[in-house]
Amino acid sequence: MAKADFNVPELGESIEVPAIKEGSMAHSSPFVAKPQFQEALGFKGEIGENWKEDTLEAMGDLLGKYRSLQVYMDICVKCGACTDKCHYFLGTSDPLNMPVGRQDLMRKVYRRYFTFAGKFFGKLGIPGFVGAADLERDMLDEWYSYYHQCSECRRCSVFCPYGIDTAEITMAGREILARIGMGQKYDNEIIGKVYTIGNNLGLPERALADTLEGLEEDIEDDTGVQVKLPLDKKGADILLVTPSADFFAEPHVDGLMGYAKVFHEAGVSWTLSSYASEAANFGMFIGSYKNMREISLRIRKAALELGVKRIIFGECGHAWRVAYSFLNTLAGPFDFLDQKYPIPQHILEFTWGEIQKGTLNIDKSLNDDMTLTFHDSCNVARASRMGDKPGGQFVIPRNVIKAVCNNFVDMDPDTIHEKTFCCGGGGGLLTDDLMEVRVKGAMPRMQALNEVTQESGVTHMAAICAICKSQFTKILPYYGMTMDQIVSVHQLVSNALILSGQEDTDSDDEDDVA
Amino acid sequence: MSTFYAILFIVATLVLVIGVARRVYLYYKVPAPLKIPTTPAPVTRAGVVLRMFREVVFFESLFKATKWTWLFGWMFHIGLALVLARHLRYFMDDDNIFWPLIELIQPFGIYAGFAMVLGLLGLLGRRIFVDRVRYISAPSDYAMLLLLIGIGAIGLAIKFIFRTDVVAVKSFFDGLWVFDWQDLPMDAPLLIHLGLVAVLFLIFPISKLLHAPGIFFSPSRNQVDNPREVRHVADWARKLEE
Repeated sequence: MAKADFNVPELGESIEVPAIKEGSMAHSSPFVAKPQFQEALGFKGEIGENWKEDTLEAMGDLLGKYRSLQVYMDICVKCGACTDKCHYFLGTSDPLNMPVGRQDLMRKVYRRYFTFAGKFFGKLGIPGFVGAADLERDMLDEWYSYYHQCSECRRCSVFCPYGIDTAEITMAGREILARIGMGQKYDNEIIGKVYTIGNNLGLPERALADTLEGLEEDIEDDTGVQVKLPLDKKGADILLVTPSADFFAEPHVDGLMGYAKVFHEAGVSWTLSSYASEAANFGMFIGSYKNMREISLRIRKAALELGVKRIIFGECGHAWRVAYSFLNTLAGPFDFLDQKYPIPQHILEFTWGEIQKGTLNIDKSLNDDMTLTFHDSCNVARASRMGDKPGGQFVIPRNVIKAVCNNFVDMDPDTIHEKTFCCGGGGGLLTDDLMEVRVKGAMPRMQALNEVTQESGVTHMAAICAICKSQFTKILPYYGMTMDQIVSVHQLVSNALILSGQEDTDSDDEDDVA
Repeated sequence: MSTFYAILFIVATLVLVIGVARRVYLYYKVPAPLKIPTTPAPVTRAGVVLRMFREVVFFESLFKATKWTWLFGWMFHIGLALVLARHLRYFMDDDNIFWPLIELIQPFGIYAGFAMVLGLLGLLGRRIFVDRVRYISAPSDYAMLLLLIGIGAIGLAIKFIFRTDVVAVKSFFDGLWVFDWQDLPMDAPLLIHLGLVAVLFLIFPISKLLHAPGIFFSPSRNQVDNPREVRHVADWARKLEE
């Protein structure tokens, strides 16, 4: 087991709702962005003397721009439906990690300064009677702490009778904090790298080209077939935009090789772009429409310059939310692309289409060493879709897995589909300075995985999100499991896909195949 | 005293109507710049209407969340709806086309009164005994439940114990519309019942009771899932494109 200087939750029979423990995660807080990184994104460098005016001004601005924020601040009735739904609450017992607790951090300030009731009882000196509170400096630290213990996964919004989505409040909270000079280091430095280099990892074009060449060699060594991973190829039909973790991290990279093999077998021309070499859009994490838009426009620009007809996104959760739900809004209209295809399209929609057409030669038995389960990524599940029908985001990945694997078992129904639990590292929390909340927040998913491991002999969990994959790789050992138990869905496809011209995989003399 | 109640009800009704209308206008005016329906979501407008119907009438999401809160909450709201319908007879005459319907509902309205109060007591119990719900409750949350319990319980008491002259009550409210002050029966239970109702009217537009109109403006519930097909840009966002 991995060592931790905090208590790792113990897995029991099933997920239990803990009794609240006030302040149990109050110490958790990520590093604050340095002024240079703040200013590069158009935010104030550091928090100043006018923090109160700055905060209220930013809040007023957002209340006028986002109906979600305005309505959600008003209509919560404190029914408690959400209180046991957040994985961070279940893993930490901290009541401020209950969705409504997190919302109330902002709502009490909203009530005090933006509503009649709060102003009235505030003047009487008892704002608390109506759930309002005067804004104090240390409340901003509390915001900073707890708005970085939310992965914007939207599980609470499924259960709220009014659909109140804490992700909207967290995004607003982070945007206000960023504007007043308290941005988060991890998110804001990464966004800076996208602007200057093109991807979250800061992988420059040369390094990217070398990496892709190496992957081509790996595939050839493995199969004897030359499969290209083209970069900046003008005139290609398809632009593939994928999270930069796919270029080198495990098991992401196995998924990338899977996409390449599928494209190869489908006989389509495709390319990656060095300028838009990042699918993830951290602008969403910090709630910044402006930054989210600028990052999205890079994809539009790359598509125009390369002259592609289609855009396909690789396996990535929040990226697919921005792509599916926001790209058309932020960077459209995409009238220059081929309108016959969804804009943008998910790689799984593409692969499932090819499987249905029968273009892929699959040998399912090649995955027989594994029994799989599938982790629905939160933002794919609750903030996007695949295919034509509602719920396609649940069906298509499972269809693909079942088409390439013989052994598949779903986890507890309360932990999949729209009720899926976040991996614990989403929404800008995938940073070492938040390790405790990441480990604890992963508890519900680890619990559900452990159950199917015990009962059905599941050996591996497939995911379709770069963050989920990175998070689980790191977190599984804390729970006594191994990091290689997490796999990419397209890694499974890759395993089972027999390329045209590839000699029978049972053969030992693969080297003879040219 | 009757004059005081007459003025109180006119003011309270104006506050309720104008206050809620202003709030609804605000919700309408503030744009939703991004498509954020909680998915899986309907892909057509008709589907959204159906989703909203299930949410408003059956409390679908709450049912998924917690059965006890759903049970108490639904009992209270459906009870309240029936009780309100029953009360329409104090504001309508028997030549109204809806009169047969209102007559039909009378006996149900009585059972509904009990259901409403029981539901409210259940909700109050959860607020007191479930540690998570207790943590998120402000004094105003208890006050609002007590207010509604007071209205319901006293209403039932008027029906079954402290009978009042309902004909006089009706002519009082009939008179209000045309500023013709009629006398209210000077029965304490009735005066308390009506006073609490007026308070409810007054706090409605400045409290969480705004969830009633607010839910229709909740983007996670009222948006169509079609962002790839339809471009959705808010006015303030369009300015960024210029």
